[in-house]
Parts: sequence; structure tokens; C-alpha cells
Amino acid sequence: MYLLGRRSVVRTIRQPANVVAPLLFPMLLLAVNSGGLKAETQLPGFPTDSFVAFALAVPFIQGALFATMNTGTDLARDIQTGFLSRLSLTPMRGIALLCGQLGGVILLSLVQAAVYLGVGMITGVRIASGPAGVLTLFVFAALVGLAFGALGAFAALRTGSGEAVQGLFPVFFVFLFISSMNIPRNLIEATWFRDAATANPVSYLLEAVRSLIITGWDGEALALGFGIATVVAVVALAASSWALRVRMAR
Amino acid sequence: MAEAAIQADKLVREYKKGPRAVDAIDLAVQPGEIYGFLGPNGAGKSTTVHMLTTLLPPTSGSARVAGFDVVQQGPQVRMHIGAALQEAALDPLLTGREHLRLQASLQGIPRSERVQRSDELLGRVGLREAADRKVRGYSGGMKRRLDLALALVHRPEILFLDEPTTGLDIQSRTALWGEVSRLASEDGVTVFLTTQYLEEADVLADRVGIIDHGHIVAEGTPAALKAEVGRATVEAIPADRDDVGRTAAILDRFGQLVPSTKGAAVLLNDGQVGLYEVVRALDQEGLEAENIQLHQPSLDDVFLAKTGRSLEGAGDDEEEKPEAGLAMESA
Amino acid sequence: MRTLQVALGVAWRTLHNVVTNPSLLLPSLIFPLFFFTAFAGGLSSVRHVPGFDYPSGYTAFQFVFVLLQSAAFGGVFTGFGIARDFESGFSRRLLLAAPNRTGIVYGYAIAAIGRWLITASVLTVVALLVGMQVGGSGVDLVGLYTLALLLNLAAVLWSAGVAMRFRTMQAGPVMQFPVFVVLFFAPVYVPLTLLEGWIHGVATYNPLTRIVEAGRGFLSGNPTEVGLAYATGVALVVLFSLWALRGLRSAERAG
Repeated sequence: MYLLGRRSVVRTIRQPANVVAPLLFPMLLLAVNSGGLKAETQLPGFPTDSFVAFALAVPFIQGALFATMNTGTDLARDIQTGFLSRLSLTPMRGIALLCGQLGGVILLSLVQAAVYLGVGMITGVRIASGPAGVLTLFVFAALVGLAFGALGAFAALRTGSGEAVQGLFPVFFVFLFISSMNIPRNLIEATWFRDAATANPVSYLLEAVRSLIITGWDGEALALGFGIATVVAVVALAASSWALRVRMAR
Repeated sequence: MAEAAIQADKLVREYKKGPRAVDAIDLAVQPGEIYGFLGPNGAGKSTTVHMLTTLLPPTSGSARVAGFDVVQQGPQVRMHIGAALQEAALDPLLTGREHLRLQASLQGIPRSERVQRSDELLGRVGLREAADRKVRGYSGGMKRRLDLALALVHRPEILFLDEPTTGLDIQSRTALWGEVSRLASEDGVTVFLTTQYLEEADVLADRVGIIDHGHIVAEGTPAALKAEVGRATVEAIPADRDDVGRTAAILDRFGQLVPSTKGAAVLLNDGQVGLYEVVRALDQEGLEAENIQLHQPSLDDVFLAKTGRSLEGAGDDEEEKPEAGLAMESA
Repeated sequence: MRTLQVALGVAWRTLHNVVTNPSLLLPSLIFPLFFFTAFAGGLSSVRHVPGFDYPSGYTAFQFVFVLLQSAAFGGVFTGFGIARDFESGFSRRLLLAAPNRTGIVYGYAIAAIGRWLITASVLTVVALLVGMQVGGSGVDLVGLYTLALLLNLAAVLWSAGVAMRFRTMQAGPVMQFPVFVVLFFAPVYVPLTLLEGWIHGVATYNPLTRIVEAGRGFLSGNPTEVGLAYATGVALVVLFSLWALRGLRSAERAG
């Protein structure tokens, strides 16, 4: 499993676009939105004076979205080139194979978290939950990366196609935008949008990160965020493990 | 003398940091002629076609097609030529009929004539039934036929065909040959045909230019070119490869030694009559021959004589057939 | 005349493919509608920010940006198609058949406009159905849509120039990223006057800001900086026309 994890990491590093895009694009969007929506902090009830602090949660989830795409695309390529078939002839169990593949995702998630937090701190954001909160952020980032990466792996294993994985991008995009990404849920005026954001699990992932940065230790937000991330991770790992078994049996 | 339909003078195409793909070629194709441009992969055939059809500017030299300079008068050249290139360049989302409609529009065919012209061409290339299917469902042969139809939409006086039968089955190839011959003989179209198939050049072309590494190494009618190497050749492959020298020395008595890739070969002085003497002489000298073959000259022999190599891609269609079935195996 | 025939032929084929293939048409319809929904719906409380005084409301405020965004990205999507044509070799057919090859570029531009008009129509109908307030007159609306059309043209010519230089689909991000940056460094969520800090400075000098602000002025019936906006739009079209035509020459030289 270590060797496969190492392969996954090396492969990720050797594709600069897979490293640079999850770092650059969310930061660019953070810069744009922080500047463009700064006036939002003047709204009564906005939880902080700093829109950067508010918006810093978004790159964590955007980065996870990239993780989904990259993992899925890499795994689909392994299927199409026959590498997965060769792996399946080894004594390794399916779940171990999968975890190895996801090794790169977890490492990249941690690197991303470090970059996002670093940028945030440089721009003046103070992490309200302190050093323990920073640690918790890293753990959460790894968990969310694993969860989304496993979703991408499931998509790849079910379809065997990189194009099909790419086709998921709009779906995740919608989940990201119809959430509390740009504004707290309680300040969303349009009822239908607020209801959709409330039903959207991505809102709780954002709010968990946000609570550590802005509020400090918000038990409810953390429980919901960790809970949802864990459920997604477990379900996605189980689904992708099953999909791997089915594919190997072909 | 009428101006040549296609004229190239010291035409050169050089790529950056690379060899010359086309190295100062001169050629002239007369109106109504089928000119076969024969050569192996990478010889410079397609590059030449791309220059003559204004798709690629020459590095130096000049060319005139239909009386117009390919560099200075590109639009006029394009109005007088049609081309079916090596890749059919079709849109998988369009039907055959839609392709013809588009081509007719691009070529300036009046709207009132487009439908009739499309129907006529679809019938000629045998695609009437498939006309309203998207091209992504077409076989390779169908795509080639559509490509030919598209090249003919505006009734060009000069037609460029770049390896038009590569990948086609025998039936499709023969049908295409028939159409090309008809175009030249009945419609007076000048055809510039590139191919790596000897038989195609032999059957179709009035004249053949053989290109290798960007140079034209031979040019003439197929008959004349073959007559240059015109007499029969006997090739003897000794059982013991160390006897190649001895074999060559024996064969030298019967004519002119020519290059052989496997043993020794001689261009006989007296046609087939010399074959028996060759066999007897080898036998008398106690030389065991693994194989003895009689070759009648082909365009591949012309290529071999000019370049010292056999033409690539000639293997599938042009296997040498011993004329008199006198292949002898080692005892 | 022949140039026009070439242009119309290229435009017909491009539009035909878009209209008959949902995978090409739907993204250019769905993404603008999605952004409109997310911005106008999710961020509507921004209208309560002190100093936000756009008379036609936040829905109309965002509609203008999304309309312009759809125009810009519509041009980029057509650029993707041009790159695909070069990569597949279909462009050779066009280069071989067209006596005047600039007609090919014009054809792609006409197709981009046609494609965008479909998107703009759907977006406008949806915006009106959700109650967008229109303060401008018919003339003002023509002014708005003409600005958007100029932006569409500028974007397709930019993308065409990139596509013809690179001649591969991998040039997609090169086409898309600068357009994205220029769009989002304009006043997207609030007017220019409510932007603070570095983004205010960037947006002030961003040529697209003139177009966005003028467009919003047209829709609310208070046209502003119209001359500057049109000059900017025309200048972008002229600049990228030269860019595209030089790209065509580059493609011709490459063969």
C-alpha cells in the first residue's frame, strides 16, 4: 500500500497542472470574491469584519473538488491503460489498493490546507480556534480530500472513463455555488436558495471550516461538518471498494 | 506548347532544425494527364501536395498551378483545384449531404445548383443511400468516396489525390481507380496522385515521378521507367551466406550485376533465355542455392536501381511473383 | 461576395453542429442561467449594503453581468470549436476551399454571435419571468445588447487568434483564463463605488468595467459612460480582429 501511495504522490507531483490548479484557482477566486464582496461585511448579522476570513473556507472545499477530478481522471487512465488489471493480479486486497491510490489526494489536501492557511494569515486572518484549531483544520482537510477523492474514484471505477469523471464537474460546481459559499445562510433572502443551501451538505463543510477560523470552537458546526465528511468518506470508500471488486471480477 | 497545369521549379520545403522535406524538385504535369507521385513514407509526397495546393508555403522555389503562382495567387489557385488529402478531414457531426452543401457554399456554387450537384456527386460515388447519415457512422471507404465527391463539387480542372486508396479494400480501391480514370479521360481533369502503391501508379498514371528523401529520383512513363531497368533479373540467394561473393562472380558472366538485399542479382543480357545457364552454372560450381528467382522489372526495381532500397509498403500488393515458377530450394 | 459565401458556409456549419448537439448547446445555456441564479438569488441581500442604490434592483444588476459574461464565454466556446477543427484537420478543408480565408474567421464570428443570441434570449426570458425590473427604454436595451454583442465578438476573435496559433484543444485554458480574470476583476457583485482596496484600483482600469457599468446604466434607464463603453468595445474588437487575422497567417504558415 505504501508503494502505491508513493506512486500516487509521485504521479500527482509530476503533473504540475494537478498541483498548481487546486492551489492557484481557489486563491484567485478568494482574491476576487474578497475584494468584490467585502461590502457584504456591512450587512447586519454578518459574522466577521473580514470577508477574507469568511471566504477562506471556500478554497478548502474547492480544493477537494479538484481532488475529485484528479483522482478520478488518474484512476480512469489506470483502467484504460490496463495498469489496474496488473495490480489486481497481486495479492493486495481491493481496499488497500484504493487507499494507496488515494494517498496522493490526502497529501495534496494537506499541502493545499497549508497554502490556504498561509495566504489567509499573510492577509491578516487570525484563526480564532488557535493552534489546536489549525491542527483540526488539517485533519478536516485530509478527511474532506479523502471523501471527495473517493467519490472521484467511484466515478472512475464505475465508468472507466475520464470523460465521465469530468462530466461530474458541473454537478459539484452546482453543489458548491448553491450553498453558504458567498453569504451566511441566515442572510440569504431568497427562500428557495436558503432552503437549498440548508439541504446542501457542502454548506456544513464550509461552516465547519469557517467556525474554526471565525468563531473558535463551535461544537454544532464541527459535529455537522465532521459528521457529514465522515459519512461521505465512508460511503464513497465503500462504494468505490465495491466498484473496484466488480471491475476486477470482469 | 500549352502551359503546364502544374509546374514546380526548384521547390523546397525546409522545417526548422530538420532535414529538407522537399529538396528542390522540378516537375511539370500537362493538362489532362494523370501524374503518379510515388515514394515511400516520409519521402515528401504529402508535403509537395500541400505546397501545390497552397496549404503550406514553400521555403524557396516556385510553383504554378492552373497558371497561378501558389504563393502570390493562392485564391485563384484554390478556385481551380480540388483535393482529397491523406486525412479525409470530415466533420463527424455532419451528414454526407451536409458536407456537400458546405463545400458547395465554400466553393461559390450558386444556391440554385447545390442540391442537384450534391445529388449527382452522391450518385457517382455510390453514397446516395448513406447521404443523410452522419459521417461518424461511415466506413473508411465511404469517407474516402465522400472526400472525392467533395473535391469535385466545383468541377475543378486539377485534382490532387494524396494516397487516396490507403486503407481501402480491393473493391473500393478498384472503384476509385475507375472513377479517377474516367475523370481524366472523359472530363479532361488533370490528376496529381500520390501513392506508395506501385500497382496504383502502374495502372493509373500516364507518367510517374518517384520521390525519395525529398528528391525526384526518376520520372517518366511507367513503361519507359521499367525499360530502363528493362531486362529480367535473376536473384540467387546462396544457402551459405558466405558464398554471396562466389555467387555474384558466377552471375556476373550473364549480365550486369545489380544490388540485391539478400544475395546476388544480375540483369540478364538475354532475357529469360539466360536463366537456365545461370542455374546450370551455379550447379556446376557446386553452389547450393537456397532460392533462385526470376524478376520481371517493376517500379520497385526502378526505385531499387535508383536508390538501392526497396519501396516501403510495396510488400502487401506487390509481392514479387516468379514469372516462370523456377524458385529452387537448396538440396 | 465569395468572402461572404465562405463566411456564411462556416457559420452555418458551426451553428448547425451547436444546435443539433445538446452536449455543445446545453453548457452555453445552463452555465449563464446557473450563475444568474446563484448570484441574483443567493446574494440578493447585498442590495441592503449601505450605498447600493441601483434603481432596478439586484436581479437586474446581476443580469447585466451574467449577460455580458455569457457573451464573453460564448465567444470562448466558439474558440474551443476552432481549436477542435484544427486538431482534427477539418480546418484544412476550409483553408483549401476558401479563396479568401479571412471569410473563415468571419464565419466563426458570425456563428459565435448566433450562438450567443440563443443564450441571450433564454437568459432574458428567464430574468423577466423571475420579475427583473427593466428601467430602460427600447433604445437603452438595444444599447445594452449591442455592448454585449461587441464583447462576444471581441472574445471570439481573441479565442480564434489563440486557437489558430496553437491549433490544439490544449489551448483551451489559454483562451479561457484571461477572459475569466478580466470578467471577475470587474464590479461583479457591487458597483465600482462600493469596491474597496486593491480590487477597486484593478476594476477602475479594467476596460470591461466601463462596459459593465454602461450596461447596467442602460438597463436601469440611466445610461452612463456610454461613449467610453462603446469605444472600449470597438477597440477590443479591432484589436482582436488583428490578433485573429495574424493568427490565421500563422496557421497558414504552419500548413
